[in-house]
Amino acid sequence: MEVLDIIRPENQVFCKSGLMTDATLSYCPGCGHGTVHNLMMEVIDELGIVEDTIGVAPVGCSVLAYDFMDIDMTQAAHGRAPAVATAISRTWPNKYVFTYQGDGDLAAIGTAETIHACNRGENIVIIFVNNGIYGMTGGQMAPTTLVGMHTSTSPYGREVETMGSPLKMSELIANLPGTYYVTRQSVHTHKHARKAKKAIKTAFQNTRLGNGLSLVEIVSNCNSGWKMTPNESNIWMEENMFANYPLGDIKVKGKLRQIG
Amino acid sequence: MTEEIIIAGFGGQGVLSMGKILAYSGVIQDKEVSWMPSYGPEMRGGTANVTVILSDERISSPYLKLYDTAIILNQQSMDKFEKTVKKGGVLIYDPNGITQHPTRQDIKIYQVEGYRLASELGNKKVFNMIVLGGFLKIKPIVHLESVIEALKKSLPERHHNLIPLNKEAITIGMQNLFSHKLEHQSAVNHS
Amino acid sequence: MSDLKLMKGNEALAEAAIRAGADAYFGYPITPQSEVIEYLMAECPEKRTGMVVLQAESEIAAINMVYGAASTGKRVMTSSSSPGISLKLEGISYLAGAELPAVIVNVVRGGPGLGTIQPSQADYFQSVKGGGHGDYKLYVLAPASVQEMADFVADAFEIAFKYRAPVLILSDGMIGQMMEKVELNDQVERMSDEDIIQKYGSWATTGKKGRERNIITSLDLQPEKMEARVQALQKKYERMENEDLRYEKIQCDDAEFLIVAYGSSARIAQKAVQLGREKGIKVGLLRPITLFPYPKQQLFKLADQVKGILSVELNTGQMVEDVKLSVHHKVPVAHFGRTGGSIHTPEEILEALEENIIKDGSIRHH
Repeated sequence: MEVLDIIRPENQVFCKSGLMTDATLSYCPGCGHGTVHNLMMEVIDELGIVEDTIGVAPVGCSVLAYDFMDIDMTQAAHGRAPAVATAISRTWPNKYVFTYQGDGDLAAIGTAETIHACNRGENIVIIFVNNGIYGMTGGQMAPTTLVGMHTSTSPYGREVETMGSPLKMSELIANLPGTYYVTRQSVHTHKHARKAKKAIKTAFQNTRLGNGLSLVEIVSNCNSGWKMTPNESNIWMEENMFANYPLGDIKVKGKLRQIG
Repeated sequence: MTEEIIIAGFGGQGVLSMGKILAYSGVIQDKEVSWMPSYGPEMRGGTANVTVILSDERISSPYLKLYDTAIILNQQSMDKFEKTVKKGGVLIYDPNGITQHPTRQDIKIYQVEGYRLASELGNKKVFNMIVLGGFLKIKPIVHLESVIEALKKSLPERHHNLIPLNKEAITIGMQNLFSHKLEHQSAVNHS
Repeated sequence: MSDLKLMKGNEALAEAAIRAGADAYFGYPITPQSEVIEYLMAECPEKRTGMVVLQAESEIAAINMVYGAASTGKRVMTSSSSPGISLKLEGISYLAGAELPAVIVNVVRGGPGLGTIQPSQADYFQSVKGGGHGDYKLYVLAPASVQEMADFVADAFEIAFKYRAPVLILSDGMIGQMMEKVELNDQVERMSDEDIIQKYGSWATTGKKGRERNIITSLDLQPEKMEARVQALQKKYERMENEDLRYEKIQCDDAEFLIVAYGSSARIAQKAVQLGREKGIKVGLLRPITLFPYPKQQLFKLADQVKGILSVELNTGQMVEDVKLSVHHKVPVAHFGRTGGSIHTPEEILEALEENIIKDGSIRHH
């Protein structure tokens, strides 16, 4: 049997969303970004909202998200995506507006924009990919870098005394009255990816109902930055990242939940 | 006609609003006007001043070194602005709180006791309208009706009931402008 | 005179924005321009025209909100004063790079640093020489009256959309805070969402409907592509120079001496011209209305006619460099200006002209 005999529609068990372009992903093999992109595009496709969706891309590894998502997108300055999305949502109240941001973008340089968009309860979706490191610029420390973790700017490990503690943005944001839905997910297994997709769908449905701000944090790996194989990085993530950033819903329908 | 005026005093004396009413009256009479305030923290408690120009022609500089008329309402402003009155120009001041009275011989100097008269009228807030009345007596560059119209336009509707009081204050000011130089101060009789 | 009003420059600007059919304003309070957002909030433009007004958490957020709304084809404006504009520069550079139409207003105060809240023109370089990072320019309008504060809003939107580029209205604390008579334009209806989609569908990110997706970005990682992008911007700026230069000549016909001044300084200089003429000095005023594009040719020509030029600005000498570049050393050029929030008087300008330009006293005997 030749390979071509196997590649047939009836044998297909998985394919990327029709809203993903054919551009080759610029992410490292093993990185979670591609999966998150795909889940988002599936959700937008399934909800039938592509014509009314406007995305805002960040600065960081996912700066080129607009190359892969076949929807209208605006690329924002570093950290400013929530402000950009605020204005789009305010001037186009019937559109679905989302930001896609990493930890440096959302939790460091853009902290003010993040907190204030959340506090105003903007009717937008924030997808927050947290891998505890600055991937694009070559593995520097992020606000979400774990204590003791080695990065190029914390070469002897993150020290709380001088570098502070890992910033738990989702917990922080969930405490703001303006947020409606805050959840923390991951995409490193099929099971987790399915749950993440459900969360993303809930977030966009919240926009449809005008419920206000939904934030979906995806704890992800950065095998390059962490200097591990993809598999090792996923195991390390389960053992270390999830201990600091426990998965689950933090706020649902405007009410705080106990997790962990 | 071009009249270049500086109004100067304490913040809270209604310096800026007096200038605004005057400028608005000019607009109503289809004159060119400019109103250039000192602004910022100095307005709160400190000194405030505003340059008001009314003219039949396009106004060039809204900011000036010399003025046709200076309306001076405190000592600091006297120190600063007495010397800025053009030769032959007019200085009007309220003697309340003034320790160093103006001394220039080459300008016309008038007093209007706005503070005392406002107290007697029972409403200190119309102090600035009394002083404005004094100014209009000596420099009738706008009609009283225009000033009343300007008050209507610049006061919020809920304060329109105060317009008669303001009109009375302006009239009192007109009747109580005295030439500073006269030994026996007497009301200025101006056509 | 139904719509003849006495307004502050800042208020006239705000009202003009509503009447120009602006879709949104995003700003952050700073003296001496806070009246803009105060006026807009009090006017409830959301009810009047549907215009969105939002007080942002910072100037940085405000300019990025402008970027967001502009990327969807909306008419959007922000205003600030010098330190706030410094904060906005990153966003302004992005607007230029991503080719987005927007109107930015700087009611300049004295600097550097926190400086002073009093009027200044010390942001000339920042405004016309880029300011933010990268090879870009802003189309810069310099109003010299409350009337122009109002009129230039609609003009700025027109230019912004003509070129898909950010436009700066460079005012200052004097023009912003003073009141003058102003005649306001009639209300222009805001464009409907459908019209925006129709008109700007070729580039605006309004949702991928019946067309390929649109992307707004200033990023191009391939040098050849980025170079082409930058060159395209330069073409745009050349076109601005050819098609949209604005200036005003006052008493230049018989002038032997020339003052060049913009904005508030032009107003004060106009009085200096008047005082000079009263003394028998044949002095004229060239007022650049656009600071980019700059009236280079006009100055070059005037340099054949006059014996010397005084550049007057509320700073230590910025625009004077453009005056010198324009006149190619044909005649002496000097700078005069107060700074740090101090304002020069007409008399001071005239004195500077006499001392720095009319040194030989030849014309005094005319």
